[in-house]
Amino acid sequence: MDTGTDIVHVENLTKKFNGLIAVNAISFSVKAGEIFGFLGPNGAGKTTTINMLCTLLRPTSGTAVVTCCDVEKDPNRVRREIGIIFQDPSLDDRLTADDNLKFHGYLYNMDHKMIEQRIPEVLGLVELLDRRKDHVRKFSGGMKRRLEIARGLLHCPKLLFLDEPTLGLDPQTRAHIWDYIIKMRKETGLSVFMTTHYMQEAEVCDRVAIIDHGKIIDLDTPAKLKEKYGETTLEAVFLKITGREIRQQGGESAWVQWMRRP
Amino acid sequence: MGDFWAIYILWLRDLKRYWYDKARIIASLGQPILFLFVLGTALSPSFAGPGGIKFSEFIFPGIISMTVLFTSVFSAMSIVWDREFGFLKEVLVAPVSRWAIVIGKAFGGSTVAVMQGCLMLLLAPLVGVKLSLLMVVQSVVVMFLIAFAITGLGIMIAARMKEMEGFQMIVNFLIMPIFFMSGALFPLDRLPEWLTVLTRIDPLTYGVDLLRGVMLGISSFNPLISLGVILGFAFVMFAIAVIEFNAAD
Repeated sequence: MDTGTDIVHVENLTKKFNGLIAVNAISFSVKAGEIFGFLGPNGAGKTTTINMLCTLLRPTSGTAVVTCCDVEKDPNRVRREIGIIFQDPSLDDRLTADDNLKFHGYLYNMDHKMIEQRIPEVLGLVELLDRRKDHVRKFSGGMKRRLEIARGLLHCPKLLFLDEPTLGLDPQTRAHIWDYIIKMRKETGLSVFMTTHYMQEAEVCDRVAIIDHGKIIDLDTPAKLKEKYGETTLEAVFLKITGREIRQQGGESAWVQWMRRP
Repeated sequence: MGDFWAIYILWLRDLKRYWYDKARIIASLGQPILFLFVLGTALSPSFAGPGGIKFSEFIFPGIISMTVLFTSVFSAMSIVWDREFGFLKEVLVAPVSRWAIVIGKAFGGSTVAVMQGCLMLLLAPLVGVKLSLLMVVQSVVVMFLIAFAITGLGIMIAARMKEMEGFQMIVNFLIMPIFFMSGALFPLDRLPEWLTVLTRIDPLTYGVDLLRGVMLGISSFNPLISLGVILGFAFVMFAIAVIEFNAAD
């Protein structure tokens, strides 16, 4: 993949839920091969943005081109090119790890030989190869997350979406998952779009967009952001620009509110 | 071609879930067996069926239809579980047409329902219903048609439902009436007018009548009319379900 081209290009993307503006006319680009982070508190609009970029939510206005195509005009082509690890679990825990991966491979219309070849590869990557035939409901939270990462990578996506990939995991598992992602990028040139409210995770990104109340407040490399605001940590930068701690829990995300709408 | 494999894997998923959960297979046979043997035996003396048929024989096709009805509805409504537990997102974000998701789910639910129906069919000798191989094949086809129409209904409802709380209400106010008014437990002639009307607008009535025709040679309607009603009902349900899935994006 040639670097320098944009894998995501967003202009004036907006999402309103019954008058509530979750995402407010944001514009940005993600370069191919980049790890791009959305950093912001809960309820800032991170998940809503991801759901629009991965074709689960229709934007109220604005455009988003993801990999090859516009998310509204050609959602199925976008879907083929992306992998997603959702914030909440999305495995079928009544099935085995192998079943879940096969299901994914068939849904993505992968060649059947390719599926058989890729399953051990991705399971090896997340160190779950010996649990291949086990039912997912026997897995721990960290193992489920790793299986979801394996599944997201199975069809060799060009762009991987990670929505709070390490939320609720212990520090050890969190570090492990980051090792996998960085290894993947080295090996395949994968681009990554992620959201997080962990500062350490944001430090790993090539560029970070700081988002609050549905707007991008600043966007740059972690080093430049720190330099620009004269701070030594991203946490301090965030505090300086938004005037508040990132750990303030902003309640449920707009997506959750939307899912629970009457 | 991609949609074909998506339908296949959605179907296979339902089959695997069915196969892995053997306790449920046994548990869901309890109710129909009670109906068949307790109710069937208890009411037999006071029942004067057409051609001297016993009550337990008469309700046998009806009880099989009941098994198919409930299994179909439960299978289709598992979409609501999938939504609550997040799995539906995995399906919706995949490069698959919405109609293929609906059809795959319907085939999966229908196959599971027919398998439950076939387990009940094994009880035929105990009830005294003699089935030839041709009759078994015809029964399976009719069971599949009923299952397909009812999964369509279930998916149509599930497409709108956001949580499982409404499920019991659907069962009490839609599925139970469909069962009771289908003539599964009583003959369709000799009914008061209001009940006659209700039985005629119940789609399951035509399924039960077809199945009774195949197994016992007794039917109230022309089989072609019954076939037409079931297929028409299924078509309408699927059309609505696909529209809803497209809109729910």
